[in-house]
Amino acid sequence: MDRRRLALGRAKLGRAALGRAVLTVLPLAFLGYFFAYPVGRILLMSAGEGWGNLNTPRLAGTVWFTFWQASVSTVATLLLAMPLTWALSRVSLPGRRTFTALVTVPFVLPTVVVGSAFVALGWTGSVWAILAAHIFYNVAVVVRLVGGVWSRLDPTIWEASAVLGARPARRFWNVTLPLLRPALAAAAAIVFVFSFTSFGVVLILGQLRYRTLEVAIYEAATSFLDLPSAAALSVLQLACVALLLATAGRLSNRLAPPRLTTSLASPRRSRRTAGIVVAVSFGLLAVPLLALARRSVGGFSALATRPTGLGSPLAAVANSLRTAALAAVLATLVGLPLARMGAGRRWGRAIDLLVMLPLGTSAVTVGLGFLVALGEPVDLRTSPLLIPIAHSLVAVPFVVRATGPLLSAIRPAIREAAAVLGANRQQVWTTIERPIVARAAALGGGMAAAVSLGEFGASAFIVRPESTTLPVLIARLLARPGAVNFSAAMALAVVLMGVTGLLVLAVDRLGEPRW
Amino acid sequence: MAPQEKETPVRRVWPSLLLVVAGCLPEGSVVPPPPAETITLLSHDSFVGAVTDDTFSAFAEETGVSVKVLAGGDAGAMLNQAILTKDNPIADVLFGVDDTFLGRALDEELFLDFVPERATSLDPRLPVPAGAIPIDYGDVCLNYDKSAFDESLPPPATLETLIDPAYRGMLVVENPATSSPGLAFLLATIDRFGEPGWKDYWTGLVANDVEVTAGWDQAYYGSFSGGAGEGDRPLVVSYASSPPAEVIFSDPRLADAPTGVITDGCYRQVEFAGVLMGTKYPLEAGRLIDFMLSPAFQSTIPSTWFVYPAVTNVTLPTEFVEFSETPSAPITMDPGLIEENRNRWIEEWTAVVLP
Repeated sequence: MDRRRLALGRAKLGRAALGRAVLTVLPLAFLGYFFAYPVGRILLMSAGEGWGNLNTPRLAGTVWFTFWQASVSTVATLLLAMPLTWALSRVSLPGRRTFTALVTVPFVLPTVVVGSAFVALGWTGSVWAILAAHIFYNVAVVVRLVGGVWSRLDPTIWEASAVLGARPARRFWNVTLPLLRPALAAAAAIVFVFSFTSFGVVLILGQLRYRTLEVAIYEAATSFLDLPSAAALSVLQLACVALLLATAGRLSNRLAPPRLTTSLASPRRSRRTAGIVVAVSFGLLAVPLLALARRSVGGFSALATRPTGLGSPLAAVANSLRTAALAAVLATLVGLPLARMGAGRRWGRAIDLLVMLPLGTSAVTVGLGFLVALGEPVDLRTSPLLIPIAHSLVAVPFVVRATGPLLSAIRPAIREAAAVLGANRQQVWTTIERPIVARAAALGGGMAAAVSLGEFGASAFIVRPESTTLPVLIARLLARPGAVNFSAAMALAVVLMGVTGLLVLAVDRLGEPRW
Repeated sequence: MAPQEKETPVRRVWPSLLLVVAGCLPEGSVVPPPPAETITLLSHDSFVGAVTDDTFSAFAEETGVSVKVLAGGDAGAMLNQAILTKDNPIADVLFGVDDTFLGRALDEELFLDFVPERATSLDPRLPVPAGAIPIDYGDVCLNYDKSAFDESLPPPATLETLIDPAYRGMLVVENPATSSPGLAFLLATIDRFGEPGWKDYWTGLVANDVEVTAGWDQAYYGSFSGGAGEGDRPLVVSYASSPPAEVIFSDPRLADAPTGVITDGCYRQVEFAGVLMGTKYPLEAGRLIDFMLSPAFQSTIPSTWFVYPAVTNVTLPTEFVEFSETPSAPITMDPGLIEENRNRWIEEWTAVVLP
C-alpha cells in the first residue's frame, strides 16, 4: 500500500518534471529556431565581407543620431506618460478602462499613416517631428506596463507613509517610485529599443537627412542590394542594443518585487487633477489622429465600391485579426513561461536580454534570415505562418515585461500562508495563482495582438502569400494616385484604430479578476 | 520551497492554449509540396496588391495550371529574396524587376534563357535582354497642378527650366535612395546633363528650393498641390499615368484631369519577368510569361496597374488617351551601366542634395 503510494508520488513528480522541462525547452526552442538560427545564418553568410564597407564618416553620424534620439525619446516619453499613467491606474475615473484601451491605438498605426498625418500637420524634415512621433507611439508602452503594476500597489503603504507625515511629493519619490522602478525600467528598455530601431518614422519624417542604423540597413539592402553591408550594420545594431540592455539591467539592480494586491485603484485620489491630465494627454494624442479622421471623409463610401483591383477591406480586417490572434497566442505561450522562469531568479536578467533581442534586430535580417534558414527540413519559407511568427518574436518582450512583475507576485510565501490556513493546492491555484496568470496572459496577449495589428517592420521582408492585412492594404492604396485611393487609405486607418481599440478593450475585460 | 510546484499554474494553462493555437491556424498553413499543376509567381507588393481571382483564370482554363502569387515587399526586397534563394527557389517565375535592378538580376544569372512565342508582338523599342521579358513600362514624368499655372506662368517645358527662379519652391521630388520614381528622375537628369554636369544641375535645383521626400506617397499626397495632394507645391515627380488615375479614382467623377504631364525629361521604367533558374516546371513557367504577353492579359495592365502594355496589339483605355500625354523621347539607360554606377550616383546625389 505504502509502496504503491510512493510509486504514484514518483509518477506525479515525473510528470511535473516533464511539464517543467517542456515549458522551459519549448519557448527557448521556438526562439532558437525562428530567431537565433535564421539571424545567425544570414549574418554569418554575409557580414564577413561587409565590415570593410562600414568605414564611412556618415556611419559615425548615424550611430550617434541613433543613440541620441533614442535616449531623448525614452526620457521624454517617460516624463510625459507618467501623469497619464497615474491618472489611469490610481484614480477611479469614469471610463478608465476605455481610456486605457484607447491609449493603445496610436501604438498600432502603420508608420506610413502616422508619417502622412505628421506630414499633413507640416511637421516634417526635423528632429522634433521624429521625437514627437516616437512619444506618440510609445506612451501606450508606459501606460500599460507601468500602469499594470501601479494599479495593484497596496494602498496601505501610502496610508502608512502619510500617517508617518510624508507629503505627497515625498511619498512619490520615496515610496511609489522605488516600487515602480522594475516596471519603469522594463518600459524604458522597450521604448529605448523601439526608438533605437525606429525605421518608418525616421525614414518618412527624417527624409534621410536623419538616419538610424535601421534606416541605413534598409537602404543598404534594398537600394544598394548590398547584403554584406546590411549584415555588418545589423551586427553593429544588435551589439549596441545588447550592450545597452545589459548595462541597463545592471544599473536597475533588481529590487524585491513590489507588494501587489488585487484591490482596485483608490477612489479617494483627486479626480479633478486626473481628469485634467487625461483630457490634456488625449487631446495631444488626438491631434494626428484627427488629421487622419478628417482626411478619411468620403473614404468609407469608397471602401464599399472598392477601388479597382484592390482586395476586400473586410477580408483584410479578417486577415489582420487572425494574424494578431495567432501572434498573441504564440507570444503568450512563449512569453509567459519565460517571464515565470525569469521572475525573481538569477537568470531573469539573461532572459530579459534574450527576449529583447528580436526587437533590436532589423527587419531585413529577420526576413531574409527566414529565407536562408527555413528551407529545410520542412520548407517554411513561403508558409502563411511566418508572418504571425515574426510578429510574435517582436511581441514576446512586451509579454515578458508586462507579465513578469505580476507573476513574481506568485511567491512560495503566499502559497505557504494559504496552506497554513487550510487551502489545498487546487484552491491555492484557483483563488490566488490562476487569476494572476490569467490577468498576466490577457495583459501580455493584448499587447502582443496590438504589436501584430500594427505590423512593425518585422514583416516587410517576409514573402507573403495572398493574405493582405490592413496595414498592407493601406500601404498599397497610398501607393496609387487619386482622391478615392487616398481617402480609402485614411478610412482604413480609422478602421484599424477602431479594431485595435475594441480588441484591446475586449482582452482587458477578459483578464479582469472575477471575484 | 518545492521546485516542482512552482510551474503548476502555467502547466495547466498549456493544453488549453494549444487548442486555441490550433483554432487560429490560417487555412493552408500546413504546406504540402506543390503539385505539378500549380506554379508560383514572386512579385512586388504593388503588382500583387491588384491581383484578383480573375487575373490568371484565363491561364488556368487554357493550361490547367493554376498560379500561386507571392508578394515579396518592394522591388528591392523581392530581388534580394530571389537572389538569396537562387539554389532552391521559392517561385518559378519572377516578375517586377525593373531596368534599375535588372543588371543585378542578370549578373546573378537568375533567369533561364528563353524567348516566349508572343515576344513577336512586343513593342520593338523595348529591350529584351537574355531571359528577361518586358511585360509593361511606365514613364516617370513631372506632373503639374493645372490650377497653379496660366499664360503668365506656363508649366515648365523642360528639365532646364526647373532651375529658373520663376519656379522657385515649386518642385517636390523623391529620394532616389528609397524611391523608385526618385531614382528614375535622377537617372533622367544624369542622362540629360552627363557627368559631372548633373551635380551642377542638382545644385541649381537645391538653390531653387527643391523639396525631397522619402517616398512617392509623401511627395504626391503630402507636398504636391494637384489632384488629391494636400501640399502647396505644384510640381512633382510622378508618372505619365497619374492624371488618368486622378480621373478614374475620383468620386464624383471628374470631367477633366486636375493635373498634367510634362513630356520632357521622362524616364521609361521597364518591368521584366523571367523564368527562375532551378525551377522544377520551366515549361509551365514559360507558358505563364507567354500568357502575360497575351492581349487578354496585356489589355488589363493599364487600368489595373497604371502602367503601359509592352505589346503593340492592344488598345489603351480612353482615359489614358484623353488625360495623359506620351513623352516623345523618353529617356532610357543601359541596365549594365545603371548596375555599375547606381550606388555611387545615389551617394553623390545625397552629398549634393542632403549634405
